[in-house]
Amino acid sequence: MKFAVIITLKKDVLDPQGKVVEQTLHSMGINSLKNLRQGKYIEIDLNESDEKIAHNIIEEMCKKLLVNLIIEEYKIRKI
Amino acid sequence: MNSSVIVFPGSNCDRDVATALINLQFKNKMVWHKDSELPKSDLIVIPGGFSYGDYLRSGAIAAKSNILKEVIKAAKSGCLVLGICNGFQILIETGLLQGALLRNKNLKFVSKDINLKIINNDNKFCKNYKKNSIINLNIAHNEGNYFTQKDHLKELEDNNLIPFKYCDIEGSINESSNPNGSLNNIAGILNNKKNILGMMPHPERMVNSLISNSNGIELFTSILSK
Repeated sequence: MKFAVIITLKKDVLDPQGKVVEQTLHSMGINSLKNLRQGKYIEIDLNESDEKIAHNIIEEMCKKLLVNLIIEEYKIRKI
Repeated sequence: MNSSVIVFPGSNCDRDVATALINLQFKNKMVWHKDSELPKSDLIVIPGGFSYGDYLRSGAIAAKSNILKEVIKAAKSGCLVLGICNGFQILIETGLLQGALLRNKNLKFVSKDINLKIINNDNKFCKNYKKNSIINLNIAHNEGNYFTQKDHLKELEDNNLIPFKYCDIEGSINESSNPNGSLNNIAGILNNKKNILGMMPHPERMVNSLISNSNGIELFTSILSK
């Protein structure tokens, strides 16, 4: 079973990389750009057929290692 | 006094800090990250560098290494722990120190000598420094922009848990003397019990006037003095 974890900085945390990418896109003439935040994308393949159990395992991975909960938030998607 | 320096793949300030310790009469041992036993230590140093290539987040992988379990145990039972630069990032990732070290505000790796004001010296790491004195140490990091929640910041300020802040040559603490965007110019913090210090500047690079200056010596002699 495959999952994707998307990790982004929390709204209140300054994202300097995202800001630079945003400014560059603006300077390229993309005026409709309102806001951009940069994050991480992690693909995980699990040996587990029960989706609920698998989801809990991914959740545990996020909390224990993948995400710094003080500054980051995450979303788990089945893929 | 017995000290241990923890070595990870990618540590690069381990030998500098060991040399500083040995020259100041510590009995030092190097401890590899895979070891599961810590030698008898009065001081544990987690040195600077790029442990595990800074993969995932700086310090995140090192914080889960074998030896860190022992370091956490020792820290909780009161052993002195000093984390310098990447060592500070590792201490944050273990949860022994609270907050986070974000990417530098200007997005640049900053390597330069900076001025620090001694804000609090009532702890085992800084007692040989004069309060409000200004010292000059080196910084070299990409993620040193300290951030924490409002209530924790208040706790740090109220309990004298901030030993150093970045300042200018006159001692003014302001935005222009902040090299990395760190909250309130914070350069290092202590835990509540004051036995764990995490700091971004490198005291071990300033222990010899011939090659730099000797402003880092008092940090190590503070630990030695009772």
